[in-house]
Amino acid sequence: MSDRPKEVASMKNSAGPKIRMVDVHKSFGQKTVLDGVTVDVATGESLVIIGGSGSGKSVTIKCVLGLLHPDSGSIQIDGRETTHMRGRGRDELMLKFGMLFQGGALFDSLKVWENVAFGLIQGRRVDRRLARDRAYETLAQVGLGSDVAVLAPSELSGGMQKRVALARAIAARPEIIFFDEPTTGLDPIMGDIINDLIVKCVKELGATAISITHDMHSARKIGDRLAMIHGGKLIWVGPTKDIDASGNPYVEQFVNGRAVGPIKMQVRG
Amino acid sequence: MNFLAAIGRLFLSFLWHTGRLAIFAGQALAHIVRPPIFPRQMARQLIEIGYFSLPVVGLTAIFTGMVLALQTSTGFASYAAEAAVAKVVLLSMTRELGPVLAGLMVAGRMGASMAAEIGTMRVTEQVDAMVTLSTNPFKYLISPRVLAAIVALPALVVIDDIIGVFGGFLVGVYSLGFNPAVYLHDTWDSLRALDVLSGLFKAAIFGFVIALMGCYNGYYSQGGAQGVGRATTNAVVSASILILTLDYVVTALFFR
Repeated sequence: MSDRPKEVASMKNSAGPKIRMVDVHKSFGQKTVLDGVTVDVATGESLVIIGGSGSGKSVTIKCVLGLLHPDSGSIQIDGRETTHMRGRGRDELMLKFGMLFQGGALFDSLKVWENVAFGLIQGRRVDRRLARDRAYETLAQVGLGSDVAVLAPSELSGGMQKRVALARAIAARPEIIFFDEPTTGLDPIMGDIINDLIVKCVKELGATAISITHDMHSARKIGDRLAMIHGGKLIWVGPTKDIDASGNPYVEQFVNGRAVGPIKMQVRG
Repeated sequence: MNFLAAIGRLFLSFLWHTGRLAIFAGQALAHIVRPPIFPRQMARQLIEIGYFSLPVVGLTAIFTGMVLALQTSTGFASYAAEAAVAKVVLLSMTRELGPVLAGLMVAGRMGASMAAEIGTMRVTEQVDAMVTLSTNPFKYLISPRVLAAIVALPALVVIDDIIGVFGGFLVGVYSLGFNPAVYLHDTWDSLRALDVLSGLFKAAIFGFVIALMGCYNGYYSQGGAQGVGRATTNAVVSASILILTLDYVVTALFFR
């Protein structure tokens, strides 16, 4: 694990993008959710996609993950087309991914350590004892002790559940990590702790990260670059430091949280 | 015209659901034999479906056997009631009531439980999380349940048959005053391998149907708590209807 950041740093400028989405479209019935999303994410980069509720943020990362299939367009990981990937190819691709779900999505029938070790034991067929050790180690990385490891997820607070979910997402040391609204439902202090943990873990792993959030504090903290999605299109992509001088009225309204502006919130889905 | 369009939509929807269910069943069966296998999950489901269903299935069987004996003795009062009671109880339990009642009881207990558990996992994104952890939900959630139900139901029906016949024996001997040795002799005399095997074959099919409908409805549930509730109801209702329909089909296959 310790060699990964150096390796990544050398790859960052030489290789092509880790993730490439080109003109991705996705509709549900009559409703168009993604309308030509195009973006590159470099190796080791952290991209944060911001946007209002129902703007297509979750659908974007679910398309990259393969949980949803785009209607058209191209999604490449390490230069390989993945949109029609099935079977063994898809299984191998999934080994590169880790995901922190908005609600944690912890398996409530398993103990905390079993949740963290799940991908290792079931997905990678790692020996149960080794996986258990790795789970305890990863829990320590996110600030949770061995006393928590034997509890059921339902016995934990929201913040602790998010930490466990983060530990589960990084336990197998994935190359690409997705964060779906990592601070939603947390108090500002716990939200900031989670932001710090995300930054620390992504850096330690040297992973490429795509996060989606509508929490601007979180976006500024964890993103190298920000992208704003509106109406199924990425209407602005740029370095995090430039977000306040985007010159885009949609971005300005969203960043400043104004009710008045070009973005009209839909009452119905 | 609108009426015809509505019928057409309904028919297309039926075809779509049937096709999706057939593909789901095919995938569930294919993943039973294709590695990796999850023996822990399989063992857990065997205990859930087989062992924990024993009390409810046993109680149903003993009272069914007792009622059968009473009803038969009333109906056959003018004939040789003693031999008829033993035979009717045995035949009814092994061929029909054993597998059908066990199937319906397990459908109510486990079909609902499977739909609720998998449905909740679906709406709370636990199924998606499983995919991101390189674990195929069909292998981990569906196939162990389907295989466990196919194995557990016949085992439950063997016990169910024995308890049902014992219920008939209790009423025959202690309420109707039959000679216990004669009753047992008549029961043994009426025992045919085909009757028992047809019942076990039905049980395996019912087990498949219960797990399939429970898992299918749970896997495709959507819309939060209401969706999970709907999935649970659909799982039990569809499994019960299919059990009764397939009971006729298998009976016709064996005894026509």
